[in-house]
Amino acid sequence: MEELLRVEGIRKVFKLSPKQQKLQKTKEKEKVAVDKVSFSAYRGEVFGLLGPNGAGKTTTLRILSTLIKPNAGDALLDGKSIVKEPEEVRKKIGFLTSELKLEDFFTPNYLFNFFSNLYGVPYELREQRKKKMFEKFGVDSFAEVKVANLSTGMKQKVSLIISLVHDPEIIIFDEPTNGLDVITAKVVTDFLKELKAEGRTIVVSTHIFELIEKICDRVGIIIDGKMVCCDTLRALTGEQSLEDKFFEIYEEVAGDRA
Amino acid sequence: MRSQNNIITIIKKEFSRFFGDKRLLFTTLILPGIMIFILYSFMGKAMRSQFMTEEDYVYGISVIHTPQSFLTLAENVELPLAAATQEEAEEIRGQVQTQEQDILLVFPEGFDEKVAAYDSIASEEAAPNVEIYYNSASTPSSEAYQMISGMLEQYETAIANKFDINAGEGVVYDLATKEDSSGRVFSMMLPMLLMIFLFSGCMAIAPESIAGEKERGTIATLLVTPMKRRELAIGKLISLSVIGLLSGLSSFLGTMLSMPMLMGELATEGVLSASVYTPVDFLLLLITILSTVLVIIGLISILSAASKSVKEAGTAASPLMVLVLVISATSMMGKGAPNDLYLYLIPFYNSVQCMNGIFSFSLPSAGMMITIASNLFYTVLMVGVLAKMFDSEKIMYQV
Repeated sequence: MEELLRVEGIRKVFKLSPKQQKLQKTKEKEKVAVDKVSFSAYRGEVFGLLGPNGAGKTTTLRILSTLIKPNAGDALLDGKSIVKEPEEVRKKIGFLTSELKLEDFFTPNYLFNFFSNLYGVPYELREQRKKKMFEKFGVDSFAEVKVANLSTGMKQKVSLIISLVHDPEIIIFDEPTNGLDVITAKVVTDFLKELKAEGRTIVVSTHIFELIEKICDRVGIIIDGKMVCCDTLRALTGEQSLEDKFFEIYEEVAGDRA
Repeated sequence: MRSQNNIITIIKKEFSRFFGDKRLLFTTLILPGIMIFILYSFMGKAMRSQFMTEEDYVYGISVIHTPQSFLTLAENVELPLAAATQEEAEEIRGQVQTQEQDILLVFPEGFDEKVAAYDSIASEEAAPNVEIYYNSASTPSSEAYQMISGMLEQYETAIANKFDINAGEGVVYDLATKEDSSGRVFSMMLPMLLMIFLFSGCMAIAPESIAGEKERGTIATLLVTPMKRRELAIGKLISLSVIGLLSGLSSFLGTMLSMPMLMGELATEGVLSASVYTPVDFLLLLITILSTVLVIIGLISILSAASKSVKEAGTAASPLMVLVLVISATSMMGKGAPNDLYLYLIPFYNSVQCMNGIFSFSLPSAGMMITIASNLFYTVLMVGVLAKMFDSEKIMYQV
């Protein structure tokens, strides 16, 4: 299998303001959000990052998508360093999180063209992709409706489509179903399954076991900023369910700390 | 090549955002001009009606001991006079006080004879005294007072004429050219107004476009694309400057159009006229304004990028507004553009003095060039700062 993404000991430390120190009941001025995390993702597979809230999943994915820089370590995406060549990396990834929003004022059609231009997608290819994606996900009849007037589910679909305008090598998905109602969540899960069926490489973070079991080939468990184990789903769980296995591991790790 | 494309893509998006939104277009481009036009026209009208009476107003003037000489004068200007007696004086004074009457005029008895007999050099007595009772709180009363005292003074000069001043008919004694007088007034007022309008025009759009995008999370979507931060900064700066300029010019147009109403006779008699400026003057003015807008947008953009929300950006920019106001007020000192060239390196001050110089025809061309060059230099610097800010995770994400 071809290794598409290799993460090598990335580490991220955040400074805590006095107010945050109080909230978290700590006197330490720094918090290690991601502590030397390493893993690999192979072409054509879906890699899941599993962990409780605050474990460092989002920070890890933000580092991979070059939104923030690691304090130490590096990650290579198709041979390009996220630290040294962030612009090259951005060409190869599609990053999607609920924090990235689309401007309400514009239509899906306009935004698709706009982002295609920023990614340097040629006109013909753009039109071809737009037609295919809009039809596939049922956006075509809403192509000229302002984002502000779309339903939440449709908005989510448009965001997903827009993040793929440049046909990225790897898709990075942060908590794709977080905060969505059941119907919209289903839209997103189905979308992910479609992408998996197309043979795309996806890295997804979540705290929902079901989602991992449904779509992931391999899974890494992150607890307190550390990658505690990383393996194929089958090798990891064996006869157990993912949920049981996770809590077994969690108790071990948490027990160590206590 | 790609880099230019990205800048153009950003500019296009900002333009379609702005020009595609009818409400935004109306409130930032059309409304300010109209508001200023209405406001100034109204102000001009109100000011004039405050200090002028209606043309067909009939003054209430009572005169005691009317002499023949004054009667003739009054007839010449068709001033209606009502004769009164000494006994009525107290009552009429009361009426002037309550504004029922405008004027009580009291001549000494036998005024004409006394005046004729009076020798201003030899006489030891005081000259005959005319009393004009009026009410300064009433516009017609004070106007009539001005008129009557003027008439009497003229009469006095006429009977004791020893020499005249500026009496030649058809001779223009004021040697100021139209350029001078227009230049003086315009150079005092317009730079300040222009700066204020430009600044508020920029304030209406820049915080929304940068702090607003940050607040709504749409700028992060741009930042995960391979576009360079510098391209985003340049694209934003150019598009916002154009829109800010248009908005500022709309206000300016409103001011110029309301000028005849505001300035009244000065403007209608052609003493004050924008026609004294050549197209070259206007071109220089436009270049100055353009370079100024770039600096204003740059500063507001940086403040906006550092702010968490549009509201915060507005608060952060208000001290800047005060600063610009104070600097703009230097044009009111009316000394024309300074000759010390290093002064043209100071942002805002250089713009104000350039505008001042253009309006008063006193701008050293080196000053103009230094202004444009330094403003462009500051803009490039600010693009760099803005790009760095867009690249900073602390500023962009840790809200």
